[in-house]
Amino acid sequence: MSEPVVVFKNVGKSYPQYNHITGGLKNFIFHLPTALKTLRTARYESLRDLSFEVQSGECLGVIGRNGAGKSTTLGLIAGVLKQTLGDVIVKKRVFPLLELGAGFNHDLTGRENIYLNGILMGMTKAEVACKETEIIEFSELGEFINQPIRVYSSGMLARLGFSVVACLEPELLLIDEILAVGDMEFQKKCLDKMLAFKQKGVTMIFVSHSMEDVKRICDRALWIENHMLKQIGPVQDVVQAYAQSFHS
Amino acid sequence: MLAMRGRKQYGNRRYNLKPRLRYMLDLISILTHKDLKVRYKSSMLGYLWSIANPLAFAFVFYIAFKVIMKIQMEGYALFLIAGLFPWQWFANSVTVTPTVFLANASIIKKVNFSRNILPFTIVLQDMLHFILSIPVIVLFMFIYHKTPGWIWLVGIPVLLIIQFIMAYGIALAISSINLFFRDLERLTALGVTLLFYFTPIFYPETMIPVKYQQLINFNPLTPLIISWRNLFLHNQLDGMYLAISLGYGLVFLGIGFWIYRKLAWKFAEVL
Ligand SMILES: Nc1ncnc2c1ncn2[C@@H]1O[C@H](COP(=O)(O)OP(=O)(O)OP(=O)(O)O)[C@@H](O)[C@H]1O
Ligand SMILES: [Mg+2]
Repeated sequence: MSEPVVVFKNVGKSYPQYNHITGGLKNFIFHLPTALKTLRTARYESLRDLSFEVQSGECLGVIGRNGAGKSTTLGLIAGVLKQTLGDVIVKKRVFPLLELGAGFNHDLTGRENIYLNGILMGMTKAEVACKETEIIEFSELGEFINQPIRVYSSGMLARLGFSVVACLEPELLLIDEILAVGDMEFQKKCLDKMLAFKQKGVTMIFVSHSMEDVKRICDRALWIENHMLKQIGPVQDVVQAYAQSFHS
Repeated sequence: MLAMRGRKQYGNRRYNLKPRLRYMLDLISILTHKDLKVRYKSSMLGYLWSIANPLAFAFVFYIAFKVIMKIQMEGYALFLIAGLFPWQWFANSVTVTPTVFLANASIIKKVNFSRNILPFTIVLQDMLHFILSIPVIVLFMFIYHKTPGWIWLVGIPVLLIIQFIMAYGIALAISSINLFFRDLERLTALGVTLLFYFTPIFYPETMIPVKYQQLINFNPLTPLIISWRNLFLHNQLDGMYLAISLGYGLVFLGIGFWIYRKLAWKFAEVL
């Protein structure tokens, strides 16, 4: 229980202003001096000096207003983003559930996407095959599993995504809000699954705007405000302080 | 523990060589399956396309240069085909490549895997299509009373490797840069078309005027295409052309990896 699995040490993340470049090579060359200057100087800071640790088997809730930097934090843990400052140490295999539909291809069927997703997260084909029926059953997608996922609703996409990570025996599970689009019954099923994971000692990091869910599942919470750590501690305290910040 | 710099990727299991290799094969196979489905809707169509396209070009050039302009050449149809098939592999890989990371945005934003696998599978796929189309070349050889020689057993693998690393290097560079300059895609299409006309594919290199002869090796594709054609038409391998194209291949591979390494960690930010 005491070994840290995720360690953030004075992590900062800032983005250069890319919009000039995505305008194309032609624009970039014609406006070379200004383009280079904005590239060098204009930076948008989305996380500043963030330090925290997540212990093995712990469930950490991450809360904060829109644009505070929650998804950025998860992206850093998943390794798809790279910090500009500080250290990010992750000592378990990550099972990320980031954006809706991330890791899926829209032209493949639900079933094919299960394989794509599972293999991308580091499983072999054989390992995914063992779990295939379980995943499909959990998702309750029925006939739709053989349809290309471009015909799925967002709730169905979320079902598929959660089912894949839930059935592949995750070690470190990252969930970014995506459950919010599921119907009540599925949300309950997911929460139950997450509680079961907690019993088994799976480490989880859970971003949500639903304080109920956070309180139910998490032991501790991390509140990010204005791209900085505002408070970290027992879930009750942090959630209460966060709720109060809206009233004052 | 805390003193470690940067990011430590977890996974003892993944560092064993054998499971790791198994895993890479699974990853490549699922990505290839996905590509075939997205690009051609089925794998058979992809193969047919890779044959039909160069054959159609061969037909057009045959009409234009043999029937109409009456080029003085024996076996012009075979000559065209021997150059067009390898060219088709190169052109296909390079023109599809700029958008490969864009098309896979959803995967790139989710997990941290070696993204260079994506252009790799594209080039691999086109290479497989090319290999599968070699029987068509052999068919045309029989029509012109020629037979494949033993030297193919050496020549084909060597040329495959050279062309693979060249195409892969170029693909890596272009696909990485295109994320930051999205109009590179159109420039690439233009570049490939220009390159086609500057490469001796529908004309033999011997027809190039003497004063331009020294320039032909400045085109990286020229020694490669000439090598393929000499292999198919005359069962010959020229060491000089091989060396030059290998040199180009390695240079492009180096440049490709260098650019990719510089930019890869920013991919998820700009997608
Ligand atoms: N690729 C990017 N390029 C530039 N800026 C970005 C990029 N991604 C995020 N940002 C900025 O970083 C900040 C933090 O974004 P983040 O997605 O982490 O917010 P969040 O806390 O997840 O918000 P939400 O609750 O709305 O999901 C935002 O202000 C956003 O504009
Ligand atoms: Mg978010």
